[in-house]
Amino acid sequence: MDLTINGTKHQIDIEPETPLLWVLRDELGMTGTKYGCGVAQCGACTVLVDGVATRSCVTTVDSVVGAQITTIEAIEEDPIGQKVVQAWVAHQVPQCGYCQSGQVMAATALLKETPQPGDEDIASAMVNLCRCGTYNAIIAAVRDAAQA
Amino acid sequence: MNDMFIKSREIGKPFKLSRRGFIGASLGALALGVVVPAGRARAQAAQAVVPGTRVSAFIEIRPDSTVLFRSAFIEGGQGIFTAMAQIVGEELDVDPANFTVEGAPPGPDYLLIGGARFTGGSMSVRMSYDAMRKLGASARMMLMQAAATQLDVPVAELSTEPGRVLHAKSGRSIPYGELVDAAAGLPVPEEVALRDSADFRWIGKPVGRLDAHDKSTGKAQYSIDLKVDGMLYAAVQHSPHLGGEPDSLQNEAEVAGMPGVHSVHRLPGAVAVVANSWWRARMAVEALQVTWTEPAPDVSRAMPADFSTEAHLAALKAAPGDGIAFEEEGDVSAALAGAAKVVEASYDAPYLAHGQLEPPSALVRWNEDGTLELWAPNQAPEMFQAHAAKVADIEPGQVIVHSPLLGGFFGRHFLYETANPFPQAILLSKAVGRPIKLIWSREEEFLRDALRPMSAVRFRAGLDADGLPVALHAVSAGEGPAGRWFGRDPDKVDSTAVEGIAGKVYAIKNRRVGHIHVDDPAIIGFWRSVGHSMNDFFYETFFDEMADVGGHDPYELRHRLLADSPRHRNLLEAVAELAGGWKRGPFEAEDGSRRARGVAMASPFGSEVATIAEVSIQQGQIVVHDIWVAIDPGSIVNPAIIEAQVNSAVALGLSSALLEEVVYVDGVPQARNYDGYPILTPDQMPRVHVRIVESGAPMGGIGEPGVPGVPPAVANAVSTLTGRRVRSLPLSKFSLEEGGAT
Repeated sequence: MDLTINGTKHQIDIEPETPLLWVLRDELGMTGTKYGCGVAQCGACTVLVDGVATRSCVTTVDSVVGAQITTIEAIEEDPIGQKVVQAWVAHQVPQCGYCQSGQVMAATALLKETPQPGDEDIASAMVNLCRCGTYNAIIAAVRDAAQA
Repeated sequence: MNDMFIKSREIGKPFKLSRRGFIGASLGALALGVVVPAGRARAQAAQAVVPGTRVSAFIEIRPDSTVLFRSAFIEGGQGIFTAMAQIVGEELDVDPANFTVEGAPPGPDYLLIGGARFTGGSMSVRMSYDAMRKLGASARMMLMQAAATQLDVPVAELSTEPGRVLHAKSGRSIPYGELVDAAAGLPVPEEVALRDSADFRWIGKPVGRLDAHDKSTGKAQYSIDLKVDGMLYAAVQHSPHLGGEPDSLQNEAEVAGMPGVHSVHRLPGAVAVVANSWWRARMAVEALQVTWTEPAPDVSRAMPADFSTEAHLAALKAAPGDGIAFEEEGDVSAALAGAAKVVEASYDAPYLAHGQLEPPSALVRWNEDGTLELWAPNQAPEMFQAHAAKVADIEPGQVIVHSPLLGGFFGRHFLYETANPFPQAILLSKAVGRPIKLIWSREEEFLRDALRPMSAVRFRAGLDADGLPVALHAVSAGEGPAGRWFGRDPDKVDSTAVEGIAGKVYAIKNRRVGHIHVDDPAIIGFWRSVGHSMNDFFYETFFDEMADVGGHDPYELRHRLLADSPRHRNLLEAVAELAGGWKRGPFEAEDGSRRARGVAMASPFGSEVATIAEVSIQQGQIVVHDIWVAIDPGSIVNPAIIEAQVNSAVALGLSSALLEEVVYVDGVPQARNYDGYPILTPDQMPRVHVRIVESGAPMGGIGEPGVPGVPPAVANAVSTLTGRRVRSLPLSKFSLEEGGAT
């Protein structure tokens, strides 16, 4: 099947029910997208599917054929993604960093949909788990990225 | 953690050296230091290497004058790589931004914690600060000596600016990168002058983390992300009860024929599938229908089939006697007998999982020269090396350990044997003759994690006629992780079981803290702030009970009992000031909610901490609005990282206070993922306000100390709101109706 990832077409021969996460990581070597829980609880695996934040660990690969998939590897090619990354660095958000690919993708999806998010918008979009407790820095960075 | 510190000296001693330890991961640049053939280096190393002194083991200056630094301590979010760059860069005179830092291989140079090494106990900076400064200063001196020869001027006429040696008189300068060859031949100086702290440019400043951009763009690589040529993937299914072995595999042939499957394996206590992708390996291993044997009677640490946390808690609570004394002052019996009032209460706290976001993994490759290469999340490279050698049946010197970035650790990645995937990966790699990357699914992780132990404590306090505590008697029951992993003396108390009940700073004249060892059937381990993670909750909430019975405000009583301890009294005042003044409540906040505040103090890992929490109860939920933390680590390296670490500690402490509890029924943990073991979510995160107090006391830790004050500060506020004491965690079990039954 054909997948469009970060604007590039990839031909993948794999069981159709394989989660997108493992196609990215094991078939394509794109390890920026992380495995945390496998059951859509933590959000470490968040990618954009047609601009929408999507948990790739429970998204079968056959369901995204024909869609535009964006991963963290291409985040700085996106003008909004670039602003988000700049805000992340400015606020020194990451600690261990493991969840941050997913956090950055979730923030980018939010700002694509809602360029000037209110507190409620941020709270309902930024729901990924972070065991290091970077939550306050994340909110500050999202607010800044929206102003940038 | 003191027990661990002392015991680990023994563990640290007998390591042989890996080749990599000497030759290094040279990136085409010469290491700065004495370059000698590997054979001679080994012979020299057999003589005593003084850890932290050989420049070449740590510092490699590249032709462009940037630095590759090998850190004895592993980065897992606590910011240690950045701190190392600040400390060494300050003395070496290289901007920390021009450092690349990686985890050092096993070797005698890196045994900076009393002759051993681990990343834990909030020890990394405080145990190596002096040595790392001297190391940087030594390297700088060698570069200046090389420059003196090259420029034919006395060393005394030279100075440095970041990345280059200057000769001010002639206006000439030489970049470090051009001096490396000459400097490498020079001996490491015996004595060097250190920079005056008044002139620090990077130490003590909020220098940006070296890894912030890579971690914001998915470029940072963790163990789970690594790949080597020819590698296959493996997944496991463990025996539900530790100690059980795979008996029959009913559908082995069918599973062996699943897509991508290479082979099916039996391992000690587990079955495994090796495949050409991890997802295929996982699907196949979970499809295996396995009959597990009951653990044989002689299997140590086998999980009893009838084990339940409920029954174990009951056993801890019922453990008779006063236990072995760990701390004893005055005459507590007499003081209790003569007290005007006696306060008694029992407390308990549950098992906790680490819940770090990166599931454990191990990548193993056998090399043609007989060495074994291991990439695994670890907090203790030498201990992993020694155990890997045992499993692989080779010499420790033949095991090359890589220590990638940790996707969170919190104590998860010490050597716990049954909780580490790498022994399985070694066996699988040997069996299939190919490199193996083994990943534990989140469900297998929840089954085999090494837990924060459960504990129960009984307190009895005597108050005088003025309601002031004159006697405190505590009996703790359970088992500490240091005793479990580093050996327990049956006549002595493991400090990790009682730290946070013992070592408190209040002036209570008559005290006894006793401990009853009760063997824990679970695999227990170190969890961020270890014994403090629960013991300060027990003590500091019971403190409020004493205050209430004695008719004192809990803040004022603390303040009064710290009259002779200015460092602690100042800190308590600092946190109150940060919070806009102490008020217990209940009071009405500007938004109309009814709120209360709780206060707690803790003395963990060489630092002092005072914490205030402001809490309300809304729609039957505890809402923590603000946490104020004043922390005194004596002196500091990076205030921005300290603030981030305190935020992190608050999140973990609050998560444990509100939500977390590992429950076993019939020998099996009930939660196998975050859906059954909730951790703090973004909407539950309070505002966090941090004040750093530099008292000038000996440097303390940073990674863990923010944790212990949070649960008691929150619990004390909840008690003020509900009128009932909180004596058991997590608070999700606590009925929030005011005045109702507990």
